[in-house]
Amino acid sequence: MILTLAFRNLFHDRIRLAVTLVGILFSIVLVAVQLGLYLGSSRMITNMIEKTNSDLWITTFGAKSFEEGGILLTSGQRHQALATPGVKAVIPMVSAFAEWRKPGGGSTRVAVVGIDAEDGGLEPWNLIEGTWDDIRAPDAIAVDRSYLGDLGIQGIGDTAQIALGRVRVRALTEGIRSFTQSPYVFTPLQRARNLLNMDGEKGDKSTFFLVQLEPGANLETVRTALQERLEGTDVLTKAEFRDRSLAQWLFKTGAGIALIGGALLGILVGTVIVAQTLYSSTKDHINEFATLRALGSSGSYIHKVILAQAGLSAVIGYSLGMIIALLILYLSRNSPLPLVMTPGLAFSLFALTLFMCAISAVSAIMKVTKIDPATVFSR
Amino acid sequence: MTNETPVLEARDIVKELGKGAGKVMALKGVSLKLVPGELTLLMGPSGSGKTTLLSILGCILSPTSGEVRLAGHSTTGLGPEQLAELRRQHIGFIFQSYNLFPTLNAVENVRIALDVLGQKGYPAAARAEEVLREVGLGHRLQNFPSNLSGGEQQRVAVARAIAASPSIVLADEPTAALDSENGHAVMALLARIAKEQNRSVLAVTHDPRTLGYADRVVRIEDGKIVGEERRPEGVNSPEITDLTKKRRKANA
Repeated sequence: MILTLAFRNLFHDRIRLAVTLVGILFSIVLVAVQLGLYLGSSRMITNMIEKTNSDLWITTFGAKSFEEGGILLTSGQRHQALATPGVKAVIPMVSAFAEWRKPGGGSTRVAVVGIDAEDGGLEPWNLIEGTWDDIRAPDAIAVDRSYLGDLGIQGIGDTAQIALGRVRVRALTEGIRSFTQSPYVFTPLQRARNLLNMDGEKGDKSTFFLVQLEPGANLETVRTALQERLEGTDVLTKAEFRDRSLAQWLFKTGAGIALIGGALLGILVGTVIVAQTLYSSTKDHINEFATLRALGSSGSYIHKVILAQAGLSAVIGYSLGMIIALLILYLSRNSPLPLVMTPGLAFSLFALTLFMCAISAVSAIMKVTKIDPATVFSR
Repeated sequence: MTNETPVLEARDIVKELGKGAGKVMALKGVSLKLVPGELTLLMGPSGSGKTTLLSILGCILSPTSGEVRLAGHSTTGLGPEQLAELRRQHIGFIFQSYNLFPTLNAVENVRIALDVLGQKGYPAAARAEEVLREVGLGHRLQNFPSNLSGGEQQRVAVARAIAASPSIVLADEPTAALDSENGHAVMALLARIAKEQNRSVLAVTHDPRTLGYADRVVRIEDGKIVGEERRPEGVNSPEITDLTKKRRKANA
């Protein structure tokens, strides 16, 4: 009967129910979009790091992120790393921003990623046209299809210029996006060095070394040994470098704080709207609650009715909110910053909605706690 | 006066309402006993303390002084939850304005009284239908209060009051909102509940139409009991006299 009464109380006033549901829906959509953007951003920032086949990353000291690592590591340092017990391979990689000159005029900034796929450290994934072998051709590069417009090109075979070197698109990826909005350009290691004008003295330098360990080697021991050997570098686990990149782009730039702030605002607005409507509903049904009290119901029985009302509002509001959130998610799939929804986020949002509605019920519960059952005789 | 053991007993009840200069002594030392099988009327003018006494007897208000004993237990010093427990175990209420839940149909309105008592599912639904049939509403089980007449609504309220088989039924002006025909029907129903189910029924009223159904009439004025009369057989309606005789015969 608790659920029946809660359901009937809720649906008794359809307009108020609509207001409640709009409040929850608005809150859920806002939180889902903000957290979806946060997840999407996080995924973009860490994607390149996560996709590497490495146990440790060697970066220049204080490297902030994948895109901002500097090009300072030398081949001498690489050999020192290779000579460290427990190290199986040290794969050099270059990552740096460069100017992309469009064939039709104008320019934009790109992030050049140079690595040799045969080393087994990283290769462009989600290739939809062309192969890695195609990229090994002279002047060849791979870019993401979603950035073709930004780069001022049409597709495979088109040419452009990066810094001082001519490049030709030989392969296309899909869904490899950059949080910095500077498209990634994949090319072999030496070609990247050439494009970034690192010939001559600097011709053997790298941004990162991807370290693969011998089977059974202790990661911490190897890391300590590498750190001792390589002055002026940081030796990081994949997780540490990922966290450092996230901290740089999401928190030091304030982007993540804005997204989380938006989500908190959504929760706050939703809670206030639901609290207000639950309170007014309780006030409208106060005589019925007083009657229940007079009939001998316990305080907890009445609290359960209010919590059931809050729970029903949460379930209906969440369902409607998620439908709209998923629709926005679908529409954002080709945008520069696609939203991400995971089962974990969907479940967390549901738990958050229930929590929000339970918190909203507090004012209504406080109201019924003060009910004087003697009021049933005064009507 | 009957010698039966009282199911509810109030001794020297004093109740002060309000504070400071606005303080009013609503009850000034009232004593009253209710025994099973009797319909007692509590009559008095407005402001005489009838409803306050009903609230105290129903464990809704606590007296300023004096003692209420319900089914052998003193209510002195009990908290709101303990008083609620006593109410749901021993007392059924009928209100002047029926106080039905507008969003629940007749069966559900009765079931909720069983639900607060922990009786759920099919047995509770069956019991709710049974008592509604007992009060003559077998054909209105699924109707919502807005689709019931005043008399029917009050009968649903009576069914709700007796569904959990309480030993005491307290009614606050049960006929005040009803026309003559429905008023008589409800009083006859309350008399039947007292006699046939051996419950103690106390109805607060100032409706003279109800006198014919009473076994006892207690008069209250200015917070004090000013008179009590037992209705002799034959003064009551023939139906009630007959029911009284049957009950006495059964108890003999």
